[in-house]
Amino acid sequence: MIDFARKSLLDNPYLPQQCRIVASTPQTDDTMLFRVRLEDDRLAESFSHMPGQFVQVTVMGSGECPISIASSPTRHGFIDLCIRKAGRVTDAFHNLGQNALFGLRGPYGNGYPVEVMEGNSLLIVAGGIGMAPLRSLLWYALDHRSRFKDVILMYGARDQEDFLFKGELLSLQGRDDVKTLLVVEKDPDNSWEGDVGFVTELFDDVDLDPETTYAAICGPPVMYKNVIDKLLDCGFSKGRILMSLERKMKCGIGKCMHCSVGFKYTCIDGPIFTYWDAINMREII
Amino acid sequence: MKIVKLPKNKTNDFIEHLQSFGEVHAPQKKGKKSCAFQPVTDPSKVLIGEEGFLRTILPLKKYFHKPVDTLLKFSPKTGFEDAYEEEGNKVIFGVHSCDIHAILSLDRVFSGKYVDTYYFRRRKKVAIIGISCVPDDLCYCQSMGTSFVEEGFDLFLSDVGDGYLVKVGTSLGDDMVSSAGDMMTGYGDSDINEYKRRINEFPSLFKTKVDEADLPAILDMEYKSEIWEEMGNRCFNCGICSMVCPTCFCFDVNDEVCLDGETGERKRCWDSCLFKSHAMVAGGHNFRESRADRFKHRFLHKHQAFMGDFGRPSCVGCGRCTQDCPADIHFVGMVKRIKDDITCVHSGEEEK
Ligand SMILES: Cc1cc2nc3c(=O)[nH]c(=O)nc-3n(C[C@H](O)[C@H](O)[C@H](O)COP(=O)(O)OP(=O)(O)OC[C@H]3O[C@@H](n4cnc5c(N)ncnc54)[C@H](O)[C@@H]3O)c2cc1C
Ligand code: SF4
Ligand code: SF4
Repeated sequence: MIDFARKSLLDNPYLPQQCRIVASTPQTDDTMLFRVRLEDDRLAESFSHMPGQFVQVTVMGSGECPISIASSPTRHGFIDLCIRKAGRVTDAFHNLGQNALFGLRGPYGNGYPVEVMEGNSLLIVAGGIGMAPLRSLLWYALDHRSRFKDVILMYGARDQEDFLFKGELLSLQGRDDVKTLLVVEKDPDNSWEGDVGFVTELFDDVDLDPETTYAAICGPPVMYKNVIDKLLDCGFSKGRILMSLERKMKCGIGKCMHCSVGFKYTCIDGPIFTYWDAINMREII
Repeated sequence: MKIVKLPKNKTNDFIEHLQSFGEVHAPQKKGKKSCAFQPVTDPSKVLIGEEGFLRTILPLKKYFHKPVDTLLKFSPKTGFEDAYEEEGNKVIFGVHSCDIHAILSLDRVFSGKYVDTYYFRRRKKVAIIGISCVPDDLCYCQSMGTSFVEEGFDLFLSDVGDGYLVKVGTSLGDDMVSSAGDMMTGYGDSDINEYKRRINEFPSLFKTKVDEADLPAILDMEYKSEIWEEMGNRCFNCGICSMVCPTCFCFDVNDEVCLDGETGERKRCWDSCLFKSHAMVAGGHNFRESRADRFKHRFLHKHQAFMGDFGRPSCVGCGRCTQDCPADIHFVGMVKRIKDDITCVHSGEEEK
């Protein structure tokens, strides 16, 4: 039975903190990268997270929704949120404007098991908006470069207009401590200097050791299937394939049930699941 | 455990006495055919096992996890504020064993890594007085292991004919009986013997029995059973089964803005996984598009998924869903069919 006397019943996990938009950089037609900072300096400095975790973002009067943290925990004092206009809350967020206040609570979710991944090579495979949560992991690895063997990034977007973090990712191609493979599916005016095609085609360009590599994937459902097939072909064990799932979420803290899959909650047991978890949970992809 | 006796002719006095510990709520008639937990003004109106009034329409969860609950108030000037309003103490009298188990189940859900402050601030204010009952055709708490309680009550009254043996579960419960003066008496051989006689006889009173053993694994095998399609076609997706269920807890959250266009409130309200919108995300993609998928989801959560989380099924066998389903879906019957039918047909072979 619950011990009412001892449990701290006063910390309200539903109460958002005031947070301010300090910068915004357009990414595509409908996607913007926001740099935000908690108003309370003490909270802003002490905020810490794991790559792959998310926050619940509130636009007053429009509602709340989950957004992945797109910045690495190695960079302090601010949080990056890459938000695509998809409905009520995300549209309203885009309309807030520079310097505006909004609500934020979190971080939530399990995040990537970085302690286990360290010492191994890291393969990041992203499609479309899936680059947002993986950007956190990417910079975590690059900022702790010595903790990982090879770091390989594969990112595919529909076309150049849909390409996220373009300048940043293109500039990585100049670094020799990370293999950066970027593709677009379509390039109608031949202005893209890199490869044209699907991320899955990039597997021909890399040499992977499935025994010492963790693969982190995030992207649209079709991409998961094809990328997982490739990885299994390469001999990856299911526990080394990490995927980030999206579900409807209302509370973010394992109460409202909207994100349940099987007996797991995407919000607290996930959003990062191994492929092994995934095949043991029906209806997951 | 401390045990005393409350003679039946003192029951109304005792209910009156409980008012000094908080507003007393107990099952009373609602309309002609139903009963509900309501504030007591006249103890003689309290229903204790009267035929046809065994289960309340809504279970106890309405007190802690309100059908509509204002979580926050917000305004651009002051930011977000906790909208919880302190409530007075309540004493809920006449709670059956299955419903107490259901609260223990919700306690687990609303605690854990993140504590749901709204639930527990109310929960803390409510004393629970349980009472023994006699099962009707729809009850199957015995099969779900919820027909007895060892915790979760301040007092528990067990009928022994001319009175109740009162188990004292908490220090607050002890205050209630200690201050009741000569309403309470000691108990003797005849009470003990009658108590034991009733306990031994109890299992034979159940007309509905199911065997849940190994059901989670069987449900895995039956994932593609045609039963889901059949039930999905019958179910109206009205969500009544979720609203009346003492262990269903899904909620939706919405912001309401005042006429000034700036300030407002964030509210949560009961939701059901049978509603089409439950797993629908932006852009219209629905992870449980068909009615069969949603029906199966609720059933599997009750009898399989919750097991994985908390080691027991979420269903406590109260019979409310079966009683109130407008599509006449018999949930216990479903468990039986799934467990016992060895001629079942599936919509596809399972892959390796
Ligand atoms: C763990 C996680 C991380 C995410 N990270 C990002 C990110 O970094 N950037 C980004 O642009 N989007 C992200 N999303 C998706 C984003 O949450 C949805 O686009 C957003 O909820 C849409 O809300 P809306 O009010 O704008 O749209 P509406 O369609 O008006 O939403 C209605 C309600 O449905 C729910 N909902 C709708 N779509 C989704 C969805 N896909 N996932 C979860 N809930 C949904 C929300 O609770 C919302 O209140 C993430 C989702 C999850 C679960
Ligand atoms: S009460 Fe019956 S008809 Fe209504 S949602 Fe539940 S199963 Fe379906
Ligand atoms: S599923 Fe039905 S019988 Fe089981 S606890 Fe809920 S309402 Fe009662």
